[in-house]
Amino acid sequence: MFETSLSALAAQLAAGQISSRDLAQQYLDRIAALNPSINAFITLDPERTLAEASAADALIAAGNAGPLTGVPIAHKDIFCTDGWLTTCGSKMLSNFVAPYDAHVIQRFKAAGMPSLGKTNMDEFAMGSSNETSYFGAVKNPWNPAYVPGGSSGGAAACVAARMAPAATGTDTGGSIRQPAALCGITGLKPTYGLVSRFGMIAFASSLDQAGPMAPSAEDCALLLNVMTGFDPNDSTSLEREKEDYARDLDKPLTGLRVGLPKEFFAEGLNNEVAAAVEAAVAELKKLGATMVGISLANSQLAIPVYYVLAPAEASSNLSRFDGVRYGYRAPDYASLDDMYCKTRAQGFGAEVKRRILIGAYVLSHGYYDAYYLQAQKIRRLIADDFNAAFKTCDVILGPTAPGTAFKLGEKSDDPVEMYLNDLYTIPANLAGLPGMSLPCGFDSKGLPIGLQLVGNYFSEAKMLNVAHQYQRVTDWHARQPEGLK
Amino acid sequence: MKWETVIGLEVHTQLATRSKIFSGSSTAFGAAPNTQASAVDIALPGVLPVLNRGAVECAIKFGLAIGATLNRVNVFDRKNYFYPDLPKGYQISQLARPIVEGGAIKIQVGDSERTIHLTRAHMEEDAGKSLHEDFHGMTGIDLNRAGTPLLEIVSEPEMRSSAEAVAYARALHTLVTWIGICDGNMQEGSFRVDANVSVRPVGQAEFGTRREIKNLNSFKFLQQAIDYEVRWQIETLEDGGRIEQATVLFNPDTGETRMMRSKEDAHDYRYFPDPDLLPVRLDEAWIETVRAALPELPAAMQARFLNDYGVSAYDAAVLTGSRALAEYFEAAAQQSGQPKLAANWIMGELSAALNKADLGIEHSPVSAAQLGTLIARIQDGTLSGKLAKQVFEGLWERAGEVDAIIEARGLKQMSDSGELEKIVDEVLAANQKSVEEFRSGKEKAFNALVGQVMKASKGKANPAQVNDLLKRKLG
Repeated sequence: MFETSLSALAAQLAAGQISSRDLAQQYLDRIAALNPSINAFITLDPERTLAEASAADALIAAGNAGPLTGVPIAHKDIFCTDGWLTTCGSKMLSNFVAPYDAHVIQRFKAAGMPSLGKTNMDEFAMGSSNETSYFGAVKNPWNPAYVPGGSSGGAAACVAARMAPAATGTDTGGSIRQPAALCGITGLKPTYGLVSRFGMIAFASSLDQAGPMAPSAEDCALLLNVMTGFDPNDSTSLEREKEDYARDLDKPLTGLRVGLPKEFFAEGLNNEVAAAVEAAVAELKKLGATMVGISLANSQLAIPVYYVLAPAEASSNLSRFDGVRYGYRAPDYASLDDMYCKTRAQGFGAEVKRRILIGAYVLSHGYYDAYYLQAQKIRRLIADDFNAAFKTCDVILGPTAPGTAFKLGEKSDDPVEMYLNDLYTIPANLAGLPGMSLPCGFDSKGLPIGLQLVGNYFSEAKMLNVAHQYQRVTDWHARQPEGLK
Repeated sequence: MKWETVIGLEVHTQLATRSKIFSGSSTAFGAAPNTQASAVDIALPGVLPVLNRGAVECAIKFGLAIGATLNRVNVFDRKNYFYPDLPKGYQISQLARPIVEGGAIKIQVGDSERTIHLTRAHMEEDAGKSLHEDFHGMTGIDLNRAGTPLLEIVSEPEMRSSAEAVAYARALHTLVTWIGICDGNMQEGSFRVDANVSVRPVGQAEFGTRREIKNLNSFKFLQQAIDYEVRWQIETLEDGGRIEQATVLFNPDTGETRMMRSKEDAHDYRYFPDPDLLPVRLDEAWIETVRAALPELPAAMQARFLNDYGVSAYDAAVLTGSRALAEYFEAAAQQSGQPKLAANWIMGELSAALNKADLGIEHSPVSAAQLGTLIARIQDGTLSGKLAKQVFEGLWERAGEVDAIIEARGLKQMSDSGELEKIVDEVLAANQKSVEEFRSGKEKAFNALVGQVMKASKGKANPAQVNDLLKRKLG
């Protein structure tokens, strides 16, 4: 069962071969067995999960089932979920029970998909290793001495360990794709604006985008069908016709033009990752694709640009966590200012504080033009590079991350080294483009390697088509960590 | 040394939309604390703002009414600071590209008219309220007001006295209520004034250092605060002191201003464009739709009253003090066909009655149509001025329509000359002494006889007719 795709699970549910309640129970049992060592979940509420599963069974029995009704899913703890603790991986919200559902959660509920729990994450989605979580680091299911990536590390780990058939994630600079790569699963960050951000706790509003994480591209396509859609509660949500992201999965790749940005294969890329990506390129050629050399010259500036813009937005977005209305408040304080200072000093972890400081600095009087405005200009140049590239290719291919998973603690003392992990993923966020990661091999330590596809705006169906065709002739995505089978 | 005062005003007007600028909560005043604060207003994690286009429309109206430039692309910026009644830790406002730039308002001080130019007007959200009094040792937070749409209207520093500042504030108040974008209720904080005040030696080109008086919520306080501040600044300078840039508060009890924060304490608001909101584009069609729905503006109406109705400049200014008053006048003038008489009645009898009852013209018990009819009855001789006042009293008591009151109370001016002649004869017969006095040359005696006739007719006689008749009989 834990090898079954979402479409097969849905078929079994529809045929009455298994009930949603039994399915949820099996996953809950597996979570109970594996989660203590992996720490992929912050909050579990089996009663609630089973109640939602029973409701799904009723829908199926009544003939009102949708394509994925009854299939359980885990949600990143960045999504507000009515009645569940919603912590965003922070002490600041360690006591916060959301009084409403995020738009994404509403959609999964409406689709009849029970929630298995809230997954662990880097605090406020700031991190690439899941080590900044107030609730402890998540372990990589392929080797518990290694990080799962971040910030959607809990989501990636729970899918990799098959504690959930699928999970939601969010991606501001690579937070879906990098952990998907490091955990050997498939994850997709849609075009900015395709999935509503309402109820998703904001890190950097102009970059944040939710997306699906699951073993395969086909699974992701079905999940994307549930997640996307206009939401009047999000002014940046795009109003466009609903599409079926699974419609092109089976199209042949003949004539596909794949762009290989030379900057993504340059210095800093691990040899084993490079080799695996080269092998994937060869595989795609066999499927009829042609390779095109492209250049994304300005993407080399993506990390400095990102580490101006994302902290700038975050410094403002996180101001609401002030101890006044909800969340953590310092127990002792002498004045209002003292309450603010102590609450935020105690409630936020080091990485969050570092980014708030950077953000406040770059927005300060006298620095705004040199940092924030300059970064916005380069952001535009990075997007222009992509626009130019998509004149000669249909999809861009490269590594998701420069290396495979690293050891817990290995990079936590060197923020810049940690930031470099998102070198290849950040440009898509800055441009608002869709990006996805899919497994393409393993290194000599047995750790998964991720392949990244970046598509043009709204080309998710095309990207999923490429990924699915690749996954038909490879089995990297189907592999599971040995000891956890 | 002679000093010149320089004043610029920043006015926060609450826009009269039913719901808030970025959420669907009601903006109604006076609800129990925090009952009109949604998830968006209290800034729960994950919530997002959605712009209320009605607020933009109000701003467009204002821009059109003052002949300003409307920025076609509007960006909202975040103004970051911490305060318990600011739930997000930032206020959504407009910094670089306000919706309204430029424009002007005419003011009248004494006999002279001046034009005050505006710098800008921008949309923003109001904060909540901190309640310091009701909670011992603690502060209560009421977020009902948080997110109420505001238009912050900034003038150029062109006013040179508190009287000009008040005239400008009044003209602005008239305009925003006139075009219906603000209810103008100053007690409820719908129209709040900040005054930037500085002084300089007469003839000096550069401005003195200004201090900003915050949150003045009446025209009286505005005048008092500026007068005090100007005196204080001049005294400080004449005593050899310096003015430091500062924000000050006015205490109505003492009539003094006191420092709230100095320039050193000024916040760095770290403004940047709000990434949660897309730029709002004003297309011509939208602007034209709003323009078409604008009422006739006070200045235009004033000119028309002057030209079409022949009322005095002073009367025209008073009668356009509010849209309701102007509409009332126009209706009464048309109904009666007597604009000047209508103006006199409105500014005299009606105003006095309304003031006494503390009522606005909108709530006048006497409608414009009724007043117009009343005036028409004076004109056609049915009523004397004195009788008309009695009918007015009846109207005020809502005793019925004009003619019904005249009928029921028997207030018709005597028009039957036979009946009047009889009264005159009786009066002459009963007042032989006066008749003799008159005939012996005492003009005063004539007036006494007129008074007797009026008395005998219970005021219903037409005084002109009485005069004629008496002259004839005594002739």
